[in-house]
Amino acid sequence: MKISSHPLIKIFNSFFLVELLSGMLLTLKYMISKKKVTLAYPYEKGSLSSRFRGEHALRRYSNGEERCIACKLCEAVCPAQAITIEAEERDDGSRRTTRYDIDMTKCIYCGLCEESCPVDAIVEGPNFEFSTETREELYFDKQKLLSNGDRWEVEIAARLEREALGG
Amino acid sequence: MIESILYLLPLIGYVLLIIVPLLLVIAYLTYVERKVIAAMQLRIGPNVVGWFGLLQPFADGLKLLHKETIIPTRSNPIIFLCAPLVTFSLSLSAWAVIPFAPGVVISNINVGILYLFAISSLGVYGIIIAGWASNSKYPFLGALRSAAQMVSYEVSIGLVIIVILLSSGSMNLTDIVEAQKSMWYVVPHLPMAVIFMISALAETNRSPFDLPEAEAELVAGYNVEYSAIIFALFFLGEYGNMILMSAIGALLFLGGWLPPFHVIPFTWIPGFIWFALKVSFLLFIFLWVRATFPRFRYDQLMRLGWKVFLPFTLGWVVLTGFVMVAFNLFSGGQG
Repeated sequence: MKISSHPLIKIFNSFFLVELLSGMLLTLKYMISKKKVTLAYPYEKGSLSSRFRGEHALRRYSNGEERCIACKLCEAVCPAQAITIEAEERDDGSRRTTRYDIDMTKCIYCGLCEESCPVDAIVEGPNFEFSTETREELYFDKQKLLSNGDRWEVEIAARLEREALGG
Repeated sequence: MIESILYLLPLIGYVLLIIVPLLLVIAYLTYVERKVIAAMQLRIGPNVVGWFGLLQPFADGLKLLHKETIIPTRSNPIIFLCAPLVTFSLSLSAWAVIPFAPGVVISNINVGILYLFAISSLGVYGIIIAGWASNSKYPFLGALRSAAQMVSYEVSIGLVIIVILLSSGSMNLTDIVEAQKSMWYVVPHLPMAVIFMISALAETNRSPFDLPEAEAELVAGYNVEYSAIIFALFFLGEYGNMILMSAIGALLFLGGWLPPFHVIPFTWIPGFIWFALKVSFLLFIFLWVRATFPRFRYDQLMRLGWKVFLPFTLGWVVLTGFVMVAFNLFSGGQG
């Protein structure tokens, strides 16, 4: 029998609030000596994994040509059916999209679109701060996605590089 | 007519002199509470509005002021609106007999402690009226719990006060403080001071006895249906009660405005400062306890009140009386 479980010790402990006081001592110690863990969010931000799946973007090649070849694999794989693509042949004979919409209110950020893309055109970038005031602003069209790609290209390229090296 | 107004003016001045700082203290108590609890949970707490978030209470108050006051259709609007007024005005009116320093008191009546006890008993009405007038299930259950809890713990607070009355021989709060000149009552009556503090937590519905406000079961308790400024009145009343209880604790056990030692560096500091320090310390305990302990279960709360505190305080009353008779310690006050 351990000494701390002796009935007399138990009575002593409960009468003199030993457990309660030791608990209060602990919180006092935390208050005085422990380092705070708060992140002052809008002013400082936590680190993101290079696999973080944020806002979508359509990328371009370095010569400015859009990567997407309208294979519609992303549209097919999308479990939320958030992607709508229409395509036709361009004058130079290449196959490009005429419409590439993502309904961001349907999207579940599973990342299957970027997994399925054979040319690394559609990617989920590091941006997670794209809240809007209206629902309509979250129906992204091709232009919006391409401008996202232009805006985040440096970060996206760096992330893809890191992932490729990591295997 | 003119004379009576002239007679009332200075009185109104005194009352404002106490109520305005009191409201400021209540506002900043909410700020300190958030800061202290944040620090104990390794957070920062409010730090955006003003320097170190010091304007946060005003931002909160402004928000509550300009929100819409919603009166539930099935409620009784008149009683519904009266309930927070009762709570708030009762928590303010108790301050009439609290002495802040020798002679600094609005009304130095000779049954001050009975007055305090009566006022704090009336506090239950605000809550039970709120729960009843809301005509809604959660407020009603919260109000029932709250009333039962406050009534139970008032019994032990009453007995604790009787111990102090026996020791000091007076019901006048100023006399009670003066009687502690040689020794604060916290020294001979330490168990009573602890029981008083725990009962004060229950009496003001504070954690770990905040059952009326148990979020998980009762949403927010008796004030679920309240919004905007009438909610703010409840809030102010509750925090005012916390400060009041701390003030009573400081007067009864920590020697009010008396310095801890009657030697030179301590006696330089005015009594008012000592009183404020003691009240702040007791308020800190309120916050400290909230950050530390989980909530009691309802039956545990009742068991603690009736089966532990009541017999123990009763025994202590008998013991105190016995010791005082045996050693002939009665000071023979006015009573």
